[in-house]
Amino acid sequence: MRVLSILLGCVCVGFFPAQAAAATKKLSFIPLWSPQAQFAGYYVALEKGFYRGQGLEVEILNGGPERPADVWLEKGKADIGTLWLSEAIKKRAQGVRLVNVAQILQRSALMLVAKKSSGIRTIADLNGKTVALWESFQLQPLALFRKYNLRVNVIPQAHSINLFLRGGADAASAMLYNEYHTIINAGLNPEELTTFFFYDYGLNFPEDGLYMLEKNYSKDPAAAAAFVKATFEGWRYAFKHKNETIEIVLRRMREARIPANRMHQKWMLEKMQDLVFPEDPATRAGELQRADYERVASELAKAGGWKSVDFGSFYRDCAVK
Amino acid sequence: MIKFKKSIAFKLALVFSMSVLLIFFVIFGLYYRFTRRMIEKSTAENAKNLTFGTVMRIEGILRSVQQVPENMAGTLERGPVGKEHLLALLKSAVEKNPELYGCGVCFAPYAYDKKSLYFAPYYHRNKGALSFSWLGSENYRYFVFDWFQIPKELGKPQWSEPYFDKGGGNILMATYSVPFYRKINGRQTFAGVIYADMSLQWLREMVSAIKILDTGYAFLVSRNGNFVTHPDERLIMNETIFGVAEELGNKKLREIGRDMISGKRAFVHTPQLDFGKPGFMYYTPVTSAGWSLAVLFPRDELLADIAHLNRLVLLLGAAGMLLLFGVVVSEARSITGPLTGIADATAEIASGNLDFKMPETRSQDEVGMLSRAFSSMQQSLKSHIARLTETTAAKERIESELNIAREIQLSILPKIFPPFPGMPELDLFAVLKSAREVGGDLYDFFATDDDHFCLIIGDVSGKGVPASLFMAVTKTLFKATAVKDTPPEVVLEKVNNELSQGNEKAMFVTAFLAILNTKTGVMEFSNGGHNLPVVMRKDGSVQYLRKTGGMVVGAMEGMKFERGALTLASGDRFFLYTDGVTEAMDEKKVLFSDERLLRELRLLGSLPVKEVLNRLLAMLVEYSRGDQSDDITMMLLEYRGAKQV
Repeated sequence: MRVLSILLGCVCVGFFPAQAAAATKKLSFIPLWSPQAQFAGYYVALEKGFYRGQGLEVEILNGGPERPADVWLEKGKADIGTLWLSEAIKKRAQGVRLVNVAQILQRSALMLVAKKSSGIRTIADLNGKTVALWESFQLQPLALFRKYNLRVNVIPQAHSINLFLRGGADAASAMLYNEYHTIINAGLNPEELTTFFFYDYGLNFPEDGLYMLEKNYSKDPAAAAAFVKATFEGWRYAFKHKNETIEIVLRRMREARIPANRMHQKWMLEKMQDLVFPEDPATRAGELQRADYERVASELAKAGGWKSVDFGSFYRDCAVK
Repeated sequence: MIKFKKSIAFKLALVFSMSVLLIFFVIFGLYYRFTRRMIEKSTAENAKNLTFGTVMRIEGILRSVQQVPENMAGTLERGPVGKEHLLALLKSAVEKNPELYGCGVCFAPYAYDKKSLYFAPYYHRNKGALSFSWLGSENYRYFVFDWFQIPKELGKPQWSEPYFDKGGGNILMATYSVPFYRKINGRQTFAGVIYADMSLQWLREMVSAIKILDTGYAFLVSRNGNFVTHPDERLIMNETIFGVAEELGNKKLREIGRDMISGKRAFVHTPQLDFGKPGFMYYTPVTSAGWSLAVLFPRDELLADIAHLNRLVLLLGAAGMLLLFGVVVSEARSITGPLTGIADATAEIASGNLDFKMPETRSQDEVGMLSRAFSSMQQSLKSHIARLTETTAAKERIESELNIAREIQLSILPKIFPPFPGMPELDLFAVLKSAREVGGDLYDFFATDDDHFCLIIGDVSGKGVPASLFMAVTKTLFKATAVKDTPPEVVLEKVNNELSQGNEKAMFVTAFLAILNTKTGVMEFSNGGHNLPVVMRKDGSVQYLRKTGGMVVGAMEGMKFERGALTLASGDRFFLYTDGVTEAMDEKKVLFSDERLLRELRLLGSLPVKEVLNRLLAMLVEYSRGDQSDDITMMLLEYRGAKQV
């Protein structure tokens, strides 16, 4: 593999001798949300100089509701950013020519959480219940309800899980690395909750992936590969040095004036490890699986008639071992 | 000198001190527990009072805020309200209620009129003046916001989680939202939410005004367990009590948190609640908002007075203990001091110094008694020893006289063996071993003429000096009487008569007298009540002599004695003895017996004469284990046949 990457590097150098020889290449990166451990790998790669080591000068912008990553990418305010696979396919269908250069998360962290006290213990118990769903992320849950033929009263879910906590919904969507811990931290015990992971129900829609506009990528594929490489160096370092990583993340959060909760970030980092580095050794870190792409594309087609491009034009393999 | 650690004084002091220490600790422990419980009880009471007032005030303010949207919801539910009228209502609500930060109505989509997706007028304070704005846009879809959605879904008014309002100068706020309904086609239909925003600045001030001891404090958590007020600013709206519990690894704190947000009230011990040190905590619900107010009492400060008292009591206890130890030691020493004197004096007396002076004591207690008893014992001991010394001296004198008597007695018995070197016909050996210093046994042998040889053995009744004297007389009489040609029974009769006369003590002697004709080997004899001698033939046969008539000698005058005779062949032996031999006793009082004597003689028969007797004597000494009860006398004669001419 190393031979291959050296070869690839040589090829890149061969094609773009001028750029590669330059000391640094500027890149701006936008994650799809405000600073938190979900993006620890990038912050660590920047902090520890892995990007610089790859000849990149990276600026990490703060994502969030006011700076949607897809819009920033589309408008060219950022060179590279993270998006959910399903969102990226939709964008592509809408004509925004985004390409996936690496699939960071191999597993979907999206889940439904229900209170056992609402009488929900199995997937069938959701029938006739009120379920709060994030409006942007209804694809998987709706597919699940179809799959199990459930009649569910869907209500919109805002960014907080208070509606669920107060009993306004019997179940709600949550990310394992985020809202689930918030629920635990609001005094509900894990044994009082029933959880449904879409991954377990054949609906693995892996989320965070790295995207670029196709034209930007084509200008300098080596820079994209270098970014991916340095990013995974960052993730590996982050999982090996968790305390140091948490400090880096917390500092980013304070700088962005976001409430920072150490335990929550610690939880998030722990969970990211299972999502970023899959147990399956055959999968290369950062590789987008054709099966995953096709699964998401076909569910999108079923749900809203989204038309997707073929795998080859969507994915540019910069994955590293 | 006894080592201090082994002394009675030390032991007493130790036992006393330990017992008192034990009692002291039991009392102290009980007292401490009781006091602590009392303090805890009064603290709990105090906490209740402290929080009661605060909670009442908080509830009062919350209710006054709640009333505004609740009244307005009533107005809106009664029928459609014109836009101008609605805005005027909102404006005056904010103006008239200084607690309100802002107030607004948010209609459900197209609920105000069929054209408006959004209809949400909002008045709020802004730098002392009132600002008005219309909420709702593609970027502000209020339908999914908690303060809209939660009361809608739950169908009842709700306080929101406190939040930092970014528009309003980053102050902590909470919103009270009341859903209102309209009848559409005869059905109660959700129409929107009317809400009031309130700054929680006053809440922080009110709660932080509660100061307990030096570092105790109060804090308030929201329904989600978020810290709404806390002395540590970093925790506010940033941490929940459950997050803190997770960080501390404190499961109990998590349980407490769950109880708090479920509206319980309790007084609890918290090992680590002050996020560092143990204490007590009381929590009580702020019911209308679902919050929980808690007050913390650091344990060390709460128990500072009692801890101080404890130190004092322990210090006093320790001092008292030392004093007690000292007093007991000194008192015990005043008792044991004279005892040591007595012990030393007694040791001196025991070593022989009977004139050693007992230490003086004037005390009338047990030690005084002991001392006087020792003194009188010393006196008696002294006089007793003096008497004993006298008696011993007298006894020693007697003993030395008795020794002399014994020597004299033994000296009258023939002691040279073989007695007659000029008489090859005979070999003879005799032994006499007295049981006491002076014995009553006798033996003698002598030639009455050239051919006749006389043997005498006897045993005087009784022991000691009288027997010895009687024996001397008897021996002398026999020697004088057994002259040439006097038959043995005549000798006995004559001796008997002599002894009987004037024998007031009624002493007597058993005696055996034999006269051997050394030429022929014929032996004539007569027995005066004596043990039968043994004849040991050369062929090895051994047997007692047959009995001949005759009583003891010296008991009664005119007694007659029979004569017996036997013939000794060359090599035959004749053994004479006293009852000291056959009646020798072992430890179990078993007699040596006639049979045993015969058996032993049969075995020893072939040894030289002297050797036979020495061995027999050794055997007897062995048999009686040196505890000889009677005189032992043995005599053995061997006849070697007539002299060759």
